[in-house]
Amino acid sequence: MPKQIPVPMPEHKPFWDALNEHKLVVQRCTNASCSEPGRLRYPPEPKCDACGSDQFDWKQVEGKGHILEYFVVHDSRIKRMQVDQPFNLALITLDEDPGLNFLSNLPGTAPGQVPVGGAVELFFEPIVPVDDLDPACNPNQLIHEWRVI
Amino acid sequence: MPLTRSNWQRNKDGLGVWEHRGKVAVAGWGQSPIDRRWDGVSLDKTMGAYTMIAIQNALKDAGLTLDDVDGLLTSPDTRVGQTWAPRPYFEAPYDSEDGITLCSGEWIQKQMGMKNVKYIESNSQAMAGLMGHAAQAVGEGEAEVLVVWYPMGNLEGRYEQGATNVNSGTYTRGNAAFNAAWGYQSGAQMNALMVFEQYCRKYGYPIDGGLAPFAVNQRRNGLMTPWGFYAQHEPYQITEEDYINSRYESEPLRILDCDRPVMGVAAFVYTTAARAKDMRQKPVYILNHATASDPARSTMATLEEHQESCRRLGARMYEGSGLSAADVDVFNPYDGYLTFTQQFFEGFNWHGVKEGEAMDFYKGDMRVEGPHPFLSSGGNNGTGRTRSAIMSDCIEQLRGQAGGMGDGVQHPGAPNPGPRQIQIRHETALMGALTPGGATFLMFSTDPMAS
Ligand SMILES: [Zn+2]
Repeated sequence: MPKQIPVPMPEHKPFWDALNEHKLVVQRCTNASCSEPGRLRYPPEPKCDACGSDQFDWKQVEGKGHILEYFVVHDSRIKRMQVDQPFNLALITLDEDPGLNFLSNLPGTAPGQVPVGGAVELFFEPIVPVDDLDPACNPNQLIHEWRVI
Repeated sequence: MPLTRSNWQRNKDGLGVWEHRGKVAVAGWGQSPIDRRWDGVSLDKTMGAYTMIAIQNALKDAGLTLDDVDGLLTSPDTRVGQTWAPRPYFEAPYDSEDGITLCSGEWIQKQMGMKNVKYIESNSQAMAGLMGHAAQAVGEGEAEVLVVWYPMGNLEGRYEQGATNVNSGTYTRGNAAFNAAWGYQSGAQMNALMVFEQYCRKYGYPIDGGLAPFAVNQRRNGLMTPWGFYAQHEPYQITEEDYINSRYESEPLRILDCDRPVMGVAAFVYTTAARAKDMRQKPVYILNHATASDPARSTMATLEEHQESCRRLGARMYEGSGLSAADVDVFNPYDGYLTFTQQFFEGFNWHGVKEGEAMDFYKGDMRVEGPHPFLSSGGNNGTGRTRSAIMSDCIEQLRGQAGGMGDGVQHPGAPNPGPRQIQIRHETALMGALTPGGATFLMFSTDPMAS
């Protein structure tokens, strides 16, 4: 289904570039005196929510997860997605740190047939490009998605 | 220190009793007409025109004139969904968004010819932040007669899908790229829905249909609110069957869970307790304002995060107001989507409702004439998306005027007090918005020294 195409901000470019190499990366706090050393964050934020430090690196995660909750969109405001209604919108918790969560449309799972609590795996979905693509976007950009396993 | 858009907030634990407790009062309120949409033509029904009507009504209610006003405070968060541009504007003063889809203090001062205004804040927060901001501003002496208004709008066309709206485009930019790409559009709608479902699973309630009695009661109360949208334009009751048969917006969120965007403005006159006691109406004193702003750790907040934030908010409110849950009579938490209101119930423990019990409360008697009157104006769901009905109702209930127009005058079809006046004690009121994880609440009382 055609998602809106992400236009990466400069500070997020490493994240989107990693996806194109089939890697999901999240920020990791590298402040040695952080109250939760190595605390991960997603979506990207300028500062660690535990210690306030702006020191971080990008850590690759495997992307295995579980479905925390979902609903079915019948009447989206987002024009690009209206042709695919109804569609699932699920919240995926990351097994490596269930405090991090990601959105997913769970391609391959019928709307409303989502196994809450079930396991999911990460895959990489190509954008549906348009003519005259914004030059800030990679025409081969991949987006992080999940599917039920 | 001068007040900014956010530094007025009491948003930490352990701040003690509010330093201006009982020293600030609401002395008047006024409502404009409420329409479903602005037709794009009628300049007497714009946000500017309706703000002028609401302010005139509020001043009349308080027994004041334009010359008494020395402060103006409002919010640019008018939620019209899109701007009037790029369509052509009109002759002055309707030659920009200001006056059409916005209504700033500067615009109002000029149009109404207020001569004694020394304080203008046009960039305050959405409901109910601006009401807390106003309370702090009067407490700190920024103004002595401060008029506060909250315009809410709705233009023709599909909501938030105008030509310039991000939802219409091919791209998602900035931080939104991490959620809009999958179809996420609004936290109040979508995050709150996910949290509601987590809540139902945790406490054993049905995910779909459990809010039907709440929706029905909201409409019932709204039909007893003469200035509300439904009482004026669609004066019929809905049933639980209507609710169950209403279409899904995002399943299980039904259209009748969502407040109806409308065009309308409410205005309130804030003043010092000292001045309020000589004004026309019985003062409604402010005992505290409290804020909890707890961003989610990750993409979406979880049930646990929202519950924790609401617990904090409740504790701050009770500490700062000097009251406890048992002291709260009128309770008006925001209900823009019915799916998040239960969190406020439980954070404030109103009428003894504890975590996991709010949905059982909805099955019981919550009628205005019963022992647990709740959202007694019908809130947003029952009066249209004014966001101010939760505030107006506190003023009306504490004055004993609920069901009338709030101006102390008898109106056709609106007994005063009307059938909406709650029958239990009505000396204190608690209201606030917007959503769990980011909300400001205010405590009102007929007694500035209430304990
Ligand atoms: Zn840290």
